Amino acid sequence: MENKSVGITISQCAKTYADGTRGLHPTDLTIAPGEVLALLGPSGCGKTTLLRIIAGLETPDAGSRIMFGTSDVTHIPIEKRQVGMVFQHYALFPQMTVQANIGYGLRIRGASADEQRRVVGELVDLVRLNGLENKRPAELSGGQRQRVALARAVASRPRVLLLDEPLTALDAKLKEQLRDELAELLRQLRITAVHVTHDQREALAIADRMAVMQAGRILQVGNGESLYRQPAHPFVATFLGRVNQIERSAGHAARNQLELGGVTQACPDHCAGATQLLVRPEDVEIHGMDYPGSVPATIARRVFLGDHLQLTIKVAGHQALLADVSRDHPAQAGDQVGVFIAPHQWMPNRADL
Amino acid sequence: MRHHPQKMPPAMWLITAIVTLFMLTPMLLSVMAGLVENYGQGLSSGLTTRWLVEVWAGYGNTVVVSLLLAAVCVGVTLLLGVPCAYALARSRSRWAHHFEELLTLPVAVPGLASALALLLAYGSVAHFRQSFAFILVGHVVFTLPFMVRMVGSALRRKELVALEEAARSLGASFTQRFLGILIPAVLPSIVAACLMVFTLSMGEFNLTWMLHTPLTRTLPVGLADSYASMRIEVGSAYTLIFLIVILPVMWVLQAMGHFIEKHYGK
Amino acid sequence: MSLILSSAARARVLLLALSAPAVAFFAAFWLLPASMLIALPAGQGWRTYFATLTDPLYVQSLLQTLGLSAATTLATLVIGAVMGLSLARNRFAGRGLLLSLLTLPLSFPGVIIGFFIILLGGRQGTLANLSVALGGERLTFAYGLLGLFLGYLYFSLPRAIAAYTAAAQSLDPHLEEATRSLGGNAWSVARDVWWPQLMPTTMACGAIVFATAVGAFGTAFTLSSKFEVLPITIYNEFTNYANFALAASLSITLGLITWFVLWLARRLAGPAAVGI
Repeated sequence: MENKSVGITISQCAKTYADGTRGLHPTDLTIAPGEVLALLGPSGCGKTTLLRIIAGLETPDAGSRIMFGTSDVTHIPIEKRQVGMVFQHYALFPQMTVQANIGYGLRIRGASADEQRRVVGELVDLVRLNGLENKRPAELSGGQRQRVALARAVASRPRVLLLDEPLTALDAKLKEQLRDELAELLRQLRITAVHVTHDQREALAIADRMAVMQAGRILQVGNGESLYRQPAHPFVATFLGRVNQIERSAGHAARNQLELGGVTQACPDHCAGATQLLVRPEDVEIHGMDYPGSVPATIARRVFLGDHLQLTIKVAGHQALLADVSRDHPAQAGDQVGVFIAPHQWMPNRADL
Repeated sequence: MRHHPQKMPPAMWLITAIVTLFMLTPMLLSVMAGLVENYGQGLSSGLTTRWLVEVWAGYGNTVVVSLLLAAVCVGVTLLLGVPCAYALARSRSRWAHHFEELLTLPVAVPGLASALALLLAYGSVAHFRQSFAFILVGHVVFTLPFMVRMVGSALRRKELVALEEAARSLGASFTQRFLGILIPAVLPSIVAACLMVFTLSMGEFNLTWMLHTPLTRTLPVGLADSYASMRIEVGSAYTLIFLIVILPVMWVLQAMGHFIEKHYGK
Repeated sequence: MSLILSSAARARVLLLALSAPAVAFFAAFWLLPASMLIALPAGQGWRTYFATLTDPLYVQSLLQTLGLSAATTLATLVIGAVMGLSLARNRFAGRGLLLSLLTLPLSFPGVIIGFFIILLGGRQGTLANLSVALGGERLTFAYGLLGLFLGYLYFSLPRAIAAYTAAAQSLDPHLEEATRSLGGNAWSVARDVWWPQLMPTTMACGAIVFATAVGAFGTAFTLSSKFEVLPITIYNEFTNYANFALAASLSITLGLITWFVLWLARRLAGPAAVGI
C-alpha cells in the first residue's frame, strides 16, 4: 500500500498551560520519513503533550515550529493536517460497524463508494479482521478494537501516524503478542510514526529510535541499543532496564579508580571524573572466591524469577548490588563468592561530568 | 455484589409499610372516586364514566394545551440547550462556568419569583402577555437548565472528548462531527433530558398559575380550578385524566431511552 | 481582504455562536426580568427590602415557612433513609413496580397533593368516614397544620426514597461485614457504617427537600390553610392587594434563602449529588 510519508521537524516547541505549569520545555526533534520514533518516559514527562502538539490538538507556545516535510503545519488545525491518530482507548465510533469506522475518513473527504470499499477491504485484510466487518466495537475484543483503530487511522493515507499508548489498555499477555504484530504492521506500512509509551520493552520492540523524556524535556535520542549501552543521563540508564549505582570518593574520581570490597581497580577512560558509576545487573558476574580480578562478597538473597536468578550481593563498604545470572547458576544464599565486573561495562553518571 | 437477606429490625419494616400505605392510598382513592356514581357512598353506588365525560367537556382543551406546550417546550429546549451544552462543555473560559451557574438560578429560586419577574418585565406587552407564548417562555426558562446540565455532563465524558478528537483527526468539520458522532453518542442523555423537560412542563404549576389567563389554561391550572369549585368526583376524574395522560408518555419515553442505550451499546 | 483567524480563535467564535441563542433567551426572559424585580422595591424606599425582617406579619409567615420546611426535611430524611435501606437490601417480587409507584408523585403538580390530603382528611375523607363509622365525631386534619405537614411530606418523600435507595444500593457491604466481625451490633452498624456513608446523600437530599418545601405553592394553595406560608403571602400581596413592590421584596428574600441552601449543598456534597 503506497503512502506519502514525510519527515517531521520540530523546532523549539514548548507548551505552557493556562495555570502557568510548563508541560513541555523548548524541544527540537527530527524524524526521518518512514521512521518509527518512540517517545518514552514516565507519566507527566510531556510525551503525550508533544504528541498532541504534533497532531494539532494542542497549540504550542509562540516561537514553536512544526514541519511536515517541507510544509509548515504549525498553524494548521488537525482537521487539515492529514495525520492518522490511534488513541489510548481507541475512540471507535460506537454506533458504526468496523467497516464504517475504518472508512470514516474517506467518507468525510468524499471518496467514491468504490474507493471506500476497495481501501477498507485492503485494510481489513492487512489487519486480519476478515469476517468482523459488520460488527460494532462493543462486540469486539480489546486486540480487535486496537486493529480497527489502526486501520481507521491509516485508511486515508496520512502523512504521519501518531499512536498514544496504543497497548496500555491491554493485559500483559495480549500486550506482548500485539506488540510484535504492531511492529510488523508499521514496518509493512513504511509510514512515519511517532509512538508514545511508558513501557521500555514496547519501545525497544517497535521503534527504530527512541527519545527518552523527563519533566518536559528530551534527555537523549537514539536507537535502543545505543541508549541502553551508552546512557547519557542516569535517568535514561534507570528507565531502560535496571542499573546499580556505586559512589566513589572525589580522590578516586580524580584518579579514575574504584575501590570495591577492599580491592582497588582502574576504570576505563570514559569514566574519568564521575563520582558515581553505573553497572547493569546482567554485567555483574558471580564466580568462586579465587577468580582472578574478583572482589570478595556474600550473597544476601536469591530470588528465582523463572527465566533467570536475581542475586542481592553484599560487598564491603558499599550498598547492596543486584546481579542477574542464568537460572542454573549454583549460587545459594549465604555463599561467599567472587564478584567480577568487566571494566568496559562501567558507565559514568554523565550528569555530573 | 452478593445479596443475602439482611437482618432488619422490625421497626423498619413497620415504617416502610405505613409509609407505603400513606403514599399509595390517595392515588387509589382518587382513581376510585373518579369512577363511582357518588363518592359519599363509595363503590356501592356503582361505577360510571359520567364524571370523566363531564371533565372532558369542561376541561378537555387543557389536556391538549398542556401536551402541546410540553412538546413545544421540549423542542425549544433542544434547539437552545444542546448547542449551548456543547459550548459550555468544551469551553475553557471562566465565563462559561459562571453562565452555567446563572442558568440554574430559575430552578433554585421559587417559580413564583420568576413569574413575578416576567410579569414585571413583559406584563404590559398585551399581545405577548395574553398568549400561550408567555407561559411557554416561563416553562423554557425553568426547564432549560435541566437540558443543558444533563446533555452537558454526557458531553464532558472523556470517551466523547476522544471520539471528537478522533473525528477531527480524520478530517471531519464541526457540523459533521456534531451531527454524525456526538449527537448519536449522547442520544440516551438527550432522551432522558427530553423526558425530564416534558414531565416538568406537564406538571408545572407555580409559574403557570401566576402567568395564566382564563383563555390560556394548562392542565394543572384546570385542576386547581376544579378542586376549588367542583365536586370531589369531578376533581378525582380530572386527576385520573392527568394520570392517564402522563403515565403512558413517561413509559414510552423511558422505553425509548432503554432501547437506544441497548442498541448503541455503552 | 479576508480576516485570518487562528484555529484557536475560530474555535472560540464557534462556541460563542453555539451558546448565543440560549444566552440571548435567558438574558431576555430571566436576567432582565430578575434585575427589574430586584430593583423594584427600591422605588418604595430601600427599607422595603427588609419587610420580611421588620413587619411582624411577614416575619411570622417567614418563620412558619422555615419551621414547616425544617420539620418536613427532618421527617423526610429519616423516613427516606429507612425506606431506602429497606428497599435496597431486599429483593422481592414487585419491588421495581413499588419503587416506580412511590416515586411517581415527583411528576405531580402540588395541587394534586393538596387534593390527596383532602381525600384522606377532608370533610368527606377517609379519616372522617372511619371516625363516623366507629361512632365518634367526624374527624378531619386536612385544613390545619397537620394536613399541610402531611402534604409537604407527601411531595418530599419520593425524592428522598429515590435518592436513598440508589445510595443504599451502592453501600459497601464489606464495611458492614468488617464492623460485625469486630463485634458491632445493629446500632453500631447504623452509626458507624450507614450514617457516614449516607452523609453526602443526606446533605444533598436535605437541601433539595428544604428548598422545595420553602418555595412550594400549589399544595398550600389547594388546602387554603390558616397556617400561612410565605409563597401564599406573596401571592396574596400581589393578587389581592396589587402590592407589586412588596411581593417583589418577599420573593427576593425567598429566592435568596432557597438559592443559598442549594449553593451550600453543592459546595458540601458536589453538584452531581444535588441533581442539578
